[in-house]
Amino acid sequence: MCTVCGCGEVESGADSDKEHEHFHHHSEQHAEVPHSHQPHHHRGHTHDYGQGPARAHAPGLSQSRMVQIEQDILSKNDRYAAANRIYLADHGILALNLVSSPGSGKTSLLTRTLEELGGELPCAVIEGDQQTSNDAERIRATGAKAVQINTGKGCHLDGHMVGHALQSLAPEDASVLFIENVGNLVCPAAFDLGEAHKVVILSVTEGEDKPIKYPDMFHAADLMILNKVDLLPYLSFDTEQCIDYARRVNPSIKVLQLSAVSGEGLESWYQWIRLTRRLALLGHPLLGAKYA
Amino acid sequence: MHEISLCEGILLVLEEQAASQGFQRVTKVWLEIGDLAGVELEALRFGFEVVTRNSLADGAVLEILGVQGEAWCMQCSARVVVKQRFDRCPRCGGFQLQVVGGEQMRIKELEVE
Repeated sequence: MCTVCGCGEVESGADSDKEHEHFHHHSEQHAEVPHSHQPHHHRGHTHDYGQGPARAHAPGLSQSRMVQIEQDILSKNDRYAAANRIYLADHGILALNLVSSPGSGKTSLLTRTLEELGGELPCAVIEGDQQTSNDAERIRATGAKAVQINTGKGCHLDGHMVGHALQSLAPEDASVLFIENVGNLVCPAAFDLGEAHKVVILSVTEGEDKPIKYPDMFHAADLMILNKVDLLPYLSFDTEQCIDYARRVNPSIKVLQLSAVSGEGLESWYQWIRLTRRLALLGHPLLGAKYA
Repeated sequence: MHEISLCEGILLVLEEQAASQGFQRVTKVWLEIGDLAGVELEALRFGFEVVTRNSLADGAVLEILGVQGEAWCMQCSARVVVKQRFDRCPRCGGFQLQVVGGEQMRIKELEVE
């Protein structure tokens, strides 16, 4: 939509690399008259932003002033995330942000991981869902500490929500904190929570082109888990193609193939968690000598 | 994605700036949005209008400056322009690309009263 006159000029889509030019005429009958988008002047009055010293010289703007701020839109979230990251680092907690589309088996993978790894490593969980605390209950049934965040209408967790959850959860020092994000392959990509790694879970029932359909998420993740590989014999899923797509958007992404149901490949996931945690604790001023 | 959340983020920044820089109204906002930021501009404009209603930026004009995506091609040892994350290198056709620009979502400038 044009922000000067409110007309619905289309400029959405990935291919709109052209700047929207503001050469509309603004006559009194503006609302009634269907107007074209050909650049033209009206009574010698042309809205032409971007030429003057303050990059605006439309009439009537003389009392106002310009403020240069150069601030990231998500700077507030990033500040919360940075505070979380400091807290997590001080306590030697490895935080993993698990992201996927709904139904990829995140919670099943997580409950099995907690059952099998919980005896060896202290684990805690932050569960994000739009509604219900069903998942946190599933997690607590494994004996791990869990706190549920309901985002309501929100489509992702943000740094502020996780900061609050950290306070009430108070994970043990040197523990592994799993943050199960809202099932959504789009929005959680942009919101830093203070985690050490994003782990994207993709099930083989979803189609191998997900990494290029949702490139931002696969780009933001450090590890991709291909889940439900026990179903591969019944599907036409092309694993190699899928991994190739993932590497196109993220050449350094690591890939593990497993099934949270059959247990195939789970050991490599546990090993990844163990080693990542040890690496993070190595040289930790307070906890390094004890744990790493 | 989450354009409404982004707009809420913008409004928070505007409110903080209004307090620290002493202005009452925002009449125009310049954003810099990279091609690879994953932001749908139509939705952002719509969200901005909704989120700023009855705020200090009610009715403010939103100007969006696009920034093209840039990547470093490891095979060519050169900066190349990409439109999407999974684009091939336009020079060598490879995928060994490291995105180096066009991911930003920044508020550049405000016009205030």
